[in-house]
Amino acid sequence: MTKYRINKTRFVDQTKTISFTFDGKKYHGFEGDTLASALLSNGIHLVGRSFKYHRPRGIMSCGSEEPNAICQINADTNLTEPNVRATEIELYEGLRASSQNCWPSLNFDIGGINNLISPFIPAGFYYKTFMWPKSFWKKIYEPLIRLSAGLGKSPSQPDPDIYDHKHEHCDVLVIGGGISGIISAKIAAKNNLKTILIEDKNILGGSTIYQNNKNFIIDNKKSNEWLMNEISELEKLDNLIIKTRTSLAAFHSYNYLLAKENISDHLPLDKKNGDIRQRLWKIRADKVIVAAGAIERPLIFNNNDRPGIILANSVKKYLDFYGVSTGLNNIIFTNNDSAYETAVSLFEKGISVKIIDIRKKSSSNIVKNAEDLGIRIYWNSTVVNTFGYKKIKSIEIMNLSEDGSNVTGNKHKIQCDCLSISGGWTPMVHMHTQSGGKLDFREIDQVFVPSEKSENHINVGSCNGDFELEEIVKNTNNKVKKFLNINESGFDKISVLCSKDLEKKNIWLLPNTISEGKTKSFIDFQNDSTAKDIKLALREGFKSIEHVKRYTTTGMATDQGKLSNMHALGIIADTAGVKMGTLGTTTFRPPFTPLTFGAIVGRSVGKFFDVVRKTSIHEWHVQNNAKFENVGQWKRPWYYPINNENLHEAVQRESKTARDSAGILDASTLGKIDIQGSDASEFLNRVYTNAWSKLGIGKCRYGLMLNEDGMVYDDGVTTRLGENHYLMTTTTGGAANVLSKLEDYLQTEWPELDVYLTSVTDHYSTASICGPNSKKILKKLFPNKDFSDEAFPHMSYQDAIIDKIECRIMRISFTGELSYEINIESKYGKSLWENCIKAGEEYKITPYGTETMHLLRAEKGFIIVGQDTDGTMTPIDLQMDWIVSKKKYDFIGKRSLYRSDTIREDRKQLVGLLTDDPNEILEEGAQIVSELDKKPVEMIGHVTSSYFSPNLNKSIALAVVKGGKKMKGQKLFVPMENKNINVTVSDFIFLDKENKRINA
Amino acid sequence: MFIINCPYCGVRDQSEFSCGGEAHIVRPKQPTELSDDEWAEYLFMRKNIKGVQFERWNHAHGCRKWFNMVRDTSNDKIHAVYKMGEKPPVI
Repeated sequence: MTKYRINKTRFVDQTKTISFTFDGKKYHGFEGDTLASALLSNGIHLVGRSFKYHRPRGIMSCGSEEPNAICQINADTNLTEPNVRATEIELYEGLRASSQNCWPSLNFDIGGINNLISPFIPAGFYYKTFMWPKSFWKKIYEPLIRLSAGLGKSPSQPDPDIYDHKHEHCDVLVIGGGISGIISAKIAAKNNLKTILIEDKNILGGSTIYQNNKNFIIDNKKSNEWLMNEISELEKLDNLIIKTRTSLAAFHSYNYLLAKENISDHLPLDKKNGDIRQRLWKIRADKVIVAAGAIERPLIFNNNDRPGIILANSVKKYLDFYGVSTGLNNIIFTNNDSAYETAVSLFEKGISVKIIDIRKKSSSNIVKNAEDLGIRIYWNSTVVNTFGYKKIKSIEIMNLSEDGSNVTGNKHKIQCDCLSISGGWTPMVHMHTQSGGKLDFREIDQVFVPSEKSENHINVGSCNGDFELEEIVKNTNNKVKKFLNINESGFDKISVLCSKDLEKKNIWLLPNTISEGKTKSFIDFQNDSTAKDIKLALREGFKSIEHVKRYTTTGMATDQGKLSNMHALGIIADTAGVKMGTLGTTTFRPPFTPLTFGAIVGRSVGKFFDVVRKTSIHEWHVQNNAKFENVGQWKRPWYYPINNENLHEAVQRESKTARDSAGILDASTLGKIDIQGSDASEFLNRVYTNAWSKLGIGKCRYGLMLNEDGMVYDDGVTTRLGENHYLMTTTTGGAANVLSKLEDYLQTEWPELDVYLTSVTDHYSTASICGPNSKKILKKLFPNKDFSDEAFPHMSYQDAIIDKIECRIMRISFTGELSYEINIESKYGKSLWENCIKAGEEYKITPYGTETMHLLRAEKGFIIVGQDTDGTMTPIDLQMDWIVSKKKYDFIGKRSLYRSDTIREDRKQLVGLLTDDPNEILEEGAQIVSELDKKPVEMIGHVTSSYFSPNLNKSIALAVVKGGKKMKGQKLFVPMENKNINVTVSDFIFLDKENKRINA
Repeated sequence: MFIINCPYCGVRDQSEFSCGGEAHIVRPKQPTELSDDEWAEYLFMRKNIKGVQFERWNHAHGCRKWFNMVRDTSNDKIHAVYKMGEKPPVI
């Protein structure tokens, strides 16, 4: 046993030694230790440097509130994790921990100079200082700040662990396995309610489980013994799930809660492999009982941050739970009775202890107990300073004045190696407020307590502001019975004896003889904000607690202000002279403790990240060397390189072949909506800008769909299959949204229409064959069909049969070439495609991808919704007036087309652009200007589509330009990083203006 | 995450639904006869109430039906759900 492991407990197995390293040095602990308790047992207090001043910092607590002891675990491996609290990580064989935020080492940190110059770096220092000169930010300030700032290092390799999600429903969820949580869970489970009890530690029992003080008696047993008995009974209950190592992350409305279970974090490295590391539980509970406990408050005095200054109840836990003494010469500094339990425990283990109490007296049992033992108590006193750089060595105390606002008398110096501090208790109201609950301020002991309004959750125990054992037990029993509508529980006749804390006194910022500007009284230990900073913020005019918080960064570190928020509020209230209850609190946001990204995403990583949609022809594309691009969730062939062609070379070849002979495109991904009903024609009239009533059966028509604001929403060809039957196609990416929008109008605005919509996108595969030889290929595929222009004109459709399978042939074109689209039931898509390729072989038919499709349509000036439009383009802006019916009384978006804003002539309008140098290809998205000399340079538009056309042997581009309709022939400029490109506005149809090729 | 009682399917998790904004805004029957201001009123102006609000919801990952909901935006309590075309309840 080490010098500091002075006690044997049932929670730490001192027969099982575990070795670990901290900052490269090897130490030993035992099974049951946390990293923090193991370090303390080795006499290690100094574990980190503070964020701003790089002051030495030690372990301060034993739980999730820990601000100082945050470590990097297993650095430089794929398992590494930054910002892990040493107080929460269970020790395992091979654990490697290192300190953070220090350079070159924890013991000698150059950043410590910040501590010396701290008078010059007050709150808002960074905001105020690094503002000018502006040019310094990028090259000088930012790199410097980045070097000296930051906590741990994020892993640079992929996370090898598996994470899991699990949904669970229950009647009652109990959050917290302390004494009140155990009583609640037992009452619920014994009354046949499906109950889940979650506890973030590895064992149940909270702080009562190590409370062996004789002043706390339940049913004639010491409270810890009574509770152990209760826990063993609890574990026998059938309809109770107990989840330890599980912490509540979020409490959403309607009792929807997220909890993170650690499954393998505590296992030795060689046993972690392949296991699920963490599981995120998504729990929907009928009733929730919050028994989250309370967190001890520090006291705010000069130099209250030295290693060896530890919260008093944590000192007790290290002693009575882990068997570790945090020091051999202890001083306790308190404003309440609970710290006396620590004093008695220390004394009983033979450790020297003295008490400094800001109160004038207290006559409770526990205080009498301490006095009877002969423990020296300094009443009405405060600590005014502490000494010792890397570990506390001594303190100075003074008497308090009558009203506590000042100090009097002489300074008195006392030696020590540990200072246990207790400023009272803060109920953990995070869960309650996350769920939407409100808080009340309780003046007598200065705490925010839940104001009970919800029918579906209650708070019990110390998170409800019940701090004394008797009221915890009895109030929990009564509240839970009422909440669950139970008449009798096994706890109705329980007898509880405990010490009562009757003398309350609280001073948020303890007085000092030194002027405030020269003290360092830390409030937020992790972010290094002091009482001085808070007061400065108030002097500078910040009033709202939310603003003070952000300006001083109080409560914004990884501990989310669990220790600091109340003191910040208290000091603001005192300074501003207002009542604390009127200030409100900052918002408690989930997660309560940091969640790993792994737990959040669960199994949705890699190929499970998103759904991948493939057409039935996909395998052929893969076999033929296609490169794919993602269009929504679809994988679409992008281009098909032959040999070592790059994108440009492949697209030039594909485009040329498609226009000179034949090309084939997999168009299966286009959205397809089957529309039926006696009002189908009327419906199309209302949703498209053009007229549909007179479209003959067997004919196709291009349609443009607007939003109600007049902006182009989607487009596509719709075919009339029968009297009351249409097949609409949409863009690939817009399919789902178009269907939703149409359903919305049908169900809510026009329920009188007899129309039914069905998505059939996945039902059909589509091969689109274009080019002057396409008709010959079709003839080979369908020898019995008459493909003459008279029998099968452009924009018409016919049923056909291939290999005994029915299909539909549409003669429509998105390339400007003679073109046919064959639709066939999806499962026959690949065989249809292979037939087409075979039939086209003699014409050197080329499969082409989306890039060539884009190029071919751009040559013809056909828009792509979403590329040439961006939600601010009307059909008039696109120079598509021809498709907007003047006769129709109404259609979606019609009225908006003549709003004062949409009829402006200087709106951005679609134009063609030709570069003066025909080999220069513009960049899509490039800005367009008309005057280069005028400063600031005015942007009048941007390039939306740009390609080198092999068929025209020059560069072409589509663009939107303010007032572009009237600018044909005008010279404009596209400024790039190194040069200005001269362009001329042109017509946006570059090829075959007369539409001759369509019937070639 | 609330629980929504779809009038067609019953009680389901909120993740199956999408919200379509304020309810009971009727598309004008004769848009061409409206002034720019009147049309803009229909097109753009929406209430954003802290308290009881009438909303459109769609059971997007379920029956795909639209319906109306009365919800208190301050505490997400749902007071009523009712089908399209039905009269809003008095809350």
